[in-house]
Amino acid sequence: MKRALLLLATMLASPVAAQTVAITNATIAVGDGSAPVENGTIVFQNGRIVASGAGVAVPAGAQVIDGSGKWVAPGFVAGFSDLGIADAGGVSESNDTGARTAPFNAAIDISVAINPAEVKIANERLGGVTRAFVAPEAAGSIFAGQGAVIDLGDDAQPVTRARAFQFVELGESGGRIAGGSRPAAYAMLHDALTQAQDFRRNPAAFGGREKDSLVKRGDADALLRVLDGAMPLVVHVERASDILTVLALPRDYPKLKLVLTGVSEGWMVAREIAAARVPVIAAALADLPAQFESLGATESNVGRMRAAGVQVALASTGNNGGEHNLRQYAGNLVAITRVPGHTGLTWGEALASITSAPAAALGMEGEIGSLRAGRRADVVLWDGDPLELSSSPTAVWIDGRAQPMRSRQLQLRDRYLVPTEGALPKAYER
Amino acid sequence: MILRTLTAGRVLATGVAALSLVACSQGDARPKTASSKAAPKPYARDPYPSTYRAYPGVPTVVRNVTVFDGEGGRIDNGQVLFADGKIVAVGTSVNAPADAQVIDGTGKWVTPGVIDIHSHLGDYPTPSVQAHSDGNEATGPITADVWAEHSVWPQDPGFSRALANGGVTTLQILPGSANLMGGRSVVLKNVYSRTMQGMKFPGAPYGLKMACGENPKRVYGSKGRQPSTRMGNVAVDRATWAKAQSYRRKWDRYEADGGDMPDRDIAMDTLRGVLAGEILIQNHCYRADEMAIVEDMAKEFGYKVTAFHHAVEAYKIADVLKANGTCAAVWADWYGFKMESYDGIGENLAILERAGTCAMIHSDDENGIQRLNQEVAKVLASGRRAGINIAPEVAWKWLSLGPAKATGIADKTGSLVPGKMADVVLWNGNPFSVYTRPDKVWIDGALLYDANDPKRRPVSDFELGQPGSGDVK
Repeated sequence: MKRALLLLATMLASPVAAQTVAITNATIAVGDGSAPVENGTIVFQNGRIVASGAGVAVPAGAQVIDGSGKWVAPGFVAGFSDLGIADAGGVSESNDTGARTAPFNAAIDISVAINPAEVKIANERLGGVTRAFVAPEAAGSIFAGQGAVIDLGDDAQPVTRARAFQFVELGESGGRIAGGSRPAAYAMLHDALTQAQDFRRNPAAFGGREKDSLVKRGDADALLRVLDGAMPLVVHVERASDILTVLALPRDYPKLKLVLTGVSEGWMVAREIAAARVPVIAAALADLPAQFESLGATESNVGRMRAAGVQVALASTGNNGGEHNLRQYAGNLVAITRVPGHTGLTWGEALASITSAPAAALGMEGEIGSLRAGRRADVVLWDGDPLELSSSPTAVWIDGRAQPMRSRQLQLRDRYLVPTEGALPKAYER
Repeated sequence: MILRTLTAGRVLATGVAALSLVACSQGDARPKTASSKAAPKPYARDPYPSTYRAYPGVPTVVRNVTVFDGEGGRIDNGQVLFADGKIVAVGTSVNAPADAQVIDGTGKWVTPGVIDIHSHLGDYPTPSVQAHSDGNEATGPITADVWAEHSVWPQDPGFSRALANGGVTTLQILPGSANLMGGRSVVLKNVYSRTMQGMKFPGAPYGLKMACGENPKRVYGSKGRQPSTRMGNVAVDRATWAKAQSYRRKWDRYEADGGDMPDRDIAMDTLRGVLAGEILIQNHCYRADEMAIVEDMAKEFGYKVTAFHHAVEAYKIADVLKANGTCAAVWADWYGFKMESYDGIGENLAILERAGTCAMIHSDDENGIQRLNQEVAKVLASGRRAGINIAPEVAWKWLSLGPAKATGIADKTGSLVPGKMADVVLWNGNPFSVYTRPDKVWIDGALLYDANDPKRRPVSDFELGQPGSGDVK
């Protein structure tokens, strides 16, 4: 199965560059949790990392870029995001995030909607983001549908992995969608998974086309992959007690491959999450009791979970082009290590939390999210510490391909650097 | 603009007594008029007065510290002295009294407290349950009669986060943007109190929240009511201002000459205050072309737009705003979340600064208010990338003096100038670094947050006894 998935991934992959590129004399931040290496070298060719770190030889014929005074880091991995599925969040005509009145739920496959020409993709790429987990939003059902892993490359093939995970709401919002309560959401979950098993046992007898059926054939088919553990089930919950309830689900469905997201009160049950070996994609800086389900929220949540042995990645809470702020979130978790009473992350862990950790949460750490040999060459050259607010990317490669350093935002900026009209109206300046 | 604002603030602060005196003396000088007309009885301008009192502090000097004074100045290895709630001296060396508490600021920064001109804390508090949704009186497009202070829940946990993580010492609470005229704002000191009045910034003028663009026309258009278009927005505004002019004439005449008291209209009181320059217009507006129309509307009816808020396209009309003396209060990099925010760019604030337009950062968000210093840092980086180099000490004006001016309190706070309120933040590093957090925050000279002392970490009633109560946040 894994080989089949890899094959699929290869088929869907963006165009790769054959040329060998070496960046030398740079500070290399690999993204695997390790500390950055000064005076390092990274080499990539055919779209993959060949080697990175200290004492790496530059192959003959490589394009050599002097990285003196600069940093190299993996591109950031933004989960969860609406990149490619909403030109502007509030413009419903352009927005494919949720489908409130659709008869389908788990069957929804967001990968068919990804638009690589959406302007936010280039804008966010210039913020150092190279991959995103695009998730549908739950609207008519607790099951939001199947999310995709995409790249932010300037090409026509954005999908890295289609149908990469199923997303389900099981906290306050899940209860609301299911009719008004958490138990209703669990009843909906168990019923849907049971029906999926019915579908497997006897597809011919399975209805799913009746107007009032809760689980259509496509939904059942998608949920079978969840039941088999072939597709991670990403569960959004915040409250400590909700987390424990979700961690108990594998007793009924032993192959479930759970990923938790949200998880504001994760620190309160961190040992249980660690023991269950369930990865978490959490909001870094949620520190307010946004709802009653997140009363215990604190910026120490991620650090405390990490200290308890949980594998934690940071969620890109800012949809609508806020993905570039991931590095700011990560930097803040380093900042709080200097505040008495707080638990944060080391710099290396912080970078990993927005690169290799989200990749690992979906089982893709061998493909993306670090500069270790063999990974896709999603490489960003920075003019300084990539987590620091004063730094900017100076070059971006995705699958080894150099990306254009332009965006619609930069064009607007350049048009209005001098706001007054010139010899002709602004509409003639481009 | 600033002078006019401050004068208005003082008139408002001195209040009814002064107006009555003027009216009486005029009456004495003209006995005939007085005998034929009843003496005027002006309505109260400050019926929910501030009861805020500064908490006690000790004379304090911070030494060996980098100072951004909030006026654009920087002192390396400087000293800041405050006592009795006021800034006493700032310089390379100051004469501290022998009993002053001495704080070594080596490796640290001192700045004025952060002022957020656009917050909904208290009106949209957390938890964000429906029962707490008190920021939009979305039952009619003109609700100039509502006052944000009457919705403020002083137990909002958000105030504590803004203090401890953001170094926010003053904030303006605005009604939301569902309505064309959403109601009066209130300026608060970020000090917990049992009552709203206990947080109210003494002597701060009121603002009137206005909104143009998508929100009002969507909210009322979807109810089948006017306005349902941008032209409808302006039409309803103009009709309302025309009424306000008439109301103002009647009440001005009455308060000068007495006679029969005109009908009282609480909404029109607010608009009369705007026309008199006592209440400042805080106008939610995204698009450049709409801001230009609002400026003309303000001239048509004789009022001034103090600040456009959000103003994601302000960079396109920096010259127009400058010519009108209007400020822009903006995010660093929000864009793409609605049609009218589609053209947002990270250089907005930098372009405005270079054009000499009054500009500042704002949050409009219970999370963003905790990191306004970082938002400015992002602007500085974007600006540099565009060839606009702005010194960090100059940029601090966007965080304190700018918003102080645009809320009419710059004579009281917003910079480290002797005699101003000792609203001071000691940061544990460069405040424009992502790795920096507040170390201590003083408000009116009282130490109200100390990273090293859990007892100086406020816990609102709501959080008391709940999971995570008293935790670092």
